[in-house]
Amino acid sequence: MTDTTQTGPVLAADGTPLKKSLARALRMQKLRALMLIAPLLLFVLITFLLPIADMLFRSVENNIVSDTLPNTVVALEDWDPNSGEAPGEEVFAALAVDLKAAAEAKTHTKVGTRLNYENPGISSLFRKAGRKVKKWDTEADGPFKEKFLEMDDAWGDIGVWQTIQTYSPKLTNGYFLNSVDLKKGNDGIEVRPENERIYIRLFIRTFIMSLIITGACIVLGYPVAWILANLPSRTANLLMILVLLPFWTSLLVRTSAWKVMLQQQGVINETLVWLGLVADDARLVMINNQFGTIVAMTHILLPFMILPMYSVMQTINPSYLRAAKSLGATNWTAFWRVYFPNSVPGIGAGSILVFILAIGYYITPELVGGTKGVFISNRIAFHISTSLNWGLAAALGTILLAVVLLLYWTYDKIVGIDNVKLG
Amino acid sequence: MKLSKLSVLVATTALCAPAAFAEEMANEMTLVSWGGAYQASQVKAYVEPYLEMNPGLKVIWDESSAEATAKMRAMAEAGNITWDLVDAVASDAMRMCDEGLIEEIDHDAVLAPAPDGTPPSEDFGELLVSDCFVPQIVYSTTFGYRTDLVGDTPPTSVCDVFDLEKYPGKRALQKRPIDNMEWALYCDGVAKDEIYDVLSTPEGVDRALAKLDTIKDQVVWWTAGAETPQLLADGEVVMGSTFNGRLFSAIAEQGQPIGMLWDMQSFDLDGWVVPAGLPADRKARVMDFLKFATDTQRLADQAKYISYGPARKSSAPLVGKHAELGIDMAPHMPTDPANATNVHVYDYEWWADNRDDLDAKFQAWLAK
Repeated sequence: MTDTTQTGPVLAADGTPLKKSLARALRMQKLRALMLIAPLLLFVLITFLLPIADMLFRSVENNIVSDTLPNTVVALEDWDPNSGEAPGEEVFAALAVDLKAAAEAKTHTKVGTRLNYENPGISSLFRKAGRKVKKWDTEADGPFKEKFLEMDDAWGDIGVWQTIQTYSPKLTNGYFLNSVDLKKGNDGIEVRPENERIYIRLFIRTFIMSLIITGACIVLGYPVAWILANLPSRTANLLMILVLLPFWTSLLVRTSAWKVMLQQQGVINETLVWLGLVADDARLVMINNQFGTIVAMTHILLPFMILPMYSVMQTINPSYLRAAKSLGATNWTAFWRVYFPNSVPGIGAGSILVFILAIGYYITPELVGGTKGVFISNRIAFHISTSLNWGLAAALGTILLAVVLLLYWTYDKIVGIDNVKLG
Repeated sequence: MKLSKLSVLVATTALCAPAAFAEEMANEMTLVSWGGAYQASQVKAYVEPYLEMNPGLKVIWDESSAEATAKMRAMAEAGNITWDLVDAVASDAMRMCDEGLIEEIDHDAVLAPAPDGTPPSEDFGELLVSDCFVPQIVYSTTFGYRTDLVGDTPPTSVCDVFDLEKYPGKRALQKRPIDNMEWALYCDGVAKDEIYDVLSTPEGVDRALAKLDTIKDQVVWWTAGAETPQLLADGEVVMGSTFNGRLFSAIAEQGQPIGMLWDMQSFDLDGWVVPAGLPADRKARVMDFLKFATDTQRLADQAKYISYGPARKSSAPLVGKHAELGIDMAPHMPTDPANATNVHVYDYEWWADNRDDLDAKFQAWLAK
């Protein structure tokens, strides 16, 4: 009893407090565990998270204007964009100095391309000016305003100067505004003219069609998964190969196969005409529209729905159903009240997989979507590879990512992410 | 023992004398092209003869020209350029030149003169649309039609594409504003030399889109050049635009019932660009190859394999017969006088300025 009356901390064998030595042992364990996962962690960090962060940053980054035209940006600060007049000589002199340096470093066309996204025509204005300004003496050749105007009247255009001034800060929200069909005007943010609005329409279309595709996958996949899970394993394995075989086939091959099936002179239309169900001159239009995209993508994404459903259904104990029936449930009640709730985690997992894959798809919509069946990702791909407007592509991508995370969060709140199982 | 001595020797020479190696040419070269029949014609016409002259050289092909601009920018940002010579269309070359991704080339200093001594700048003439670009071929975007689906009066004018009464059925057009906007305005009655002036105004853009609206329901929009020949072969469309070489192979090599509509064909250029910032030995190799591959005879040889016109004036008289089919190639060239009676001259400068703006409007119109 005397030992337990001691009030000091409990000591370990070597005399250090037990709490401390326990913490140290645990820390060692954690460190060891961390070192084990370090390769993967670093890999994910370097190849996945950092590029994403870099891409996100591109959507607001706008160093190029102030880096290439440092003097002009400073000189322009005093100019009133609503004055109705082009800036004065000091701005043009600053521009001459900047453009000469930029033309020697061959960066003047780069800034021209950047500003051309906002105001068509600036690209060639800068390209032409660079060629001439290179030969000027920026000390002695003034006044420069006349020389610029003589070169091209567009230098007197207020719109050009407003664009340079609006896009001179190092960070810009211009790309984000652009990706929701807005733009920066002289007096704040404006809605783009109707004939330039496209992105909101595409975002909405992408979400609605992805939801339809997810729904179609659930409806088609559920019975298949149920059959797979309830057949004797030998037959089930055989059928499973039928599910996996298309999964292993190249995406492009499957998409092209749908073209052959669905086009107006294709297999389905030919058969219908041959059977006399459809007149020869009234063949069904099933491709190059939303229908084509939905059919092809549902087929391509179906295995992603069936596999999680199947693995969840396999774990449902068949005696539950038998118990329900022995207690007097009809087949439907037993299914709906007992079996279905148990299979919901599989539906949840499959739906998240299919939906997230669907909103990022672009090859299939590009090939079979025509004009009404393309997704926002087709525009992102266009801006990455063709127009080279990576800032806009990054802004569109960021919005897409944010909306997916938001949906994931809502899903977690409503269904609960613990309620998602892959098996 | 011998081997290790040798490797030490090689290592030390390499370390001590990088300057001495500067004029040496690399013995490996990565070329980027489009794949398919076009790349095959380059292999036969340029690369195989060059390899005979330089037996130690290793040539690696990368079929990435379609996404060359994006990949070049990514390489430049990463500071690791793995390509030595890239095949690109003129508008992409201008974009890359503006971005500083490719070398400026002094055409007269780098390229071979014509056999009669004409300097390259004159021999290529106005086709040198950018300081960074060495043109190889002139190709055209033009229409092909199904000879069996157009009745007794085949189309003769590009405006027949817009005439749904005379030629009912679907048409294939490229999913981009370039060419389509010009054809639409031309067929709406705008004079050929005023097309770009009209298109520079918002009303002009609306007018072009309104004209395209009249056939919008009947258009299949393509993105890859191979789609139109396939659509024509399947009978999915009555007529469609694509690159003339694609139509040539559908007609001459596959014997499809397709006719050529050369009216208002839109000339475009394809050629070589050199990535900026190559190491000296690789650059020396590339420049040597470039000089060989774009000389008069080589450009004429390429026309044996594909129906694209050589970019040099001096090559035109040397164009002969198809290497396998034995047919005379000249009548299949977009530049042949019989085919080029009414051509549309594509304005690179104008499109470089207005491409982003018009593309936004065009895509918004498509999505409506």
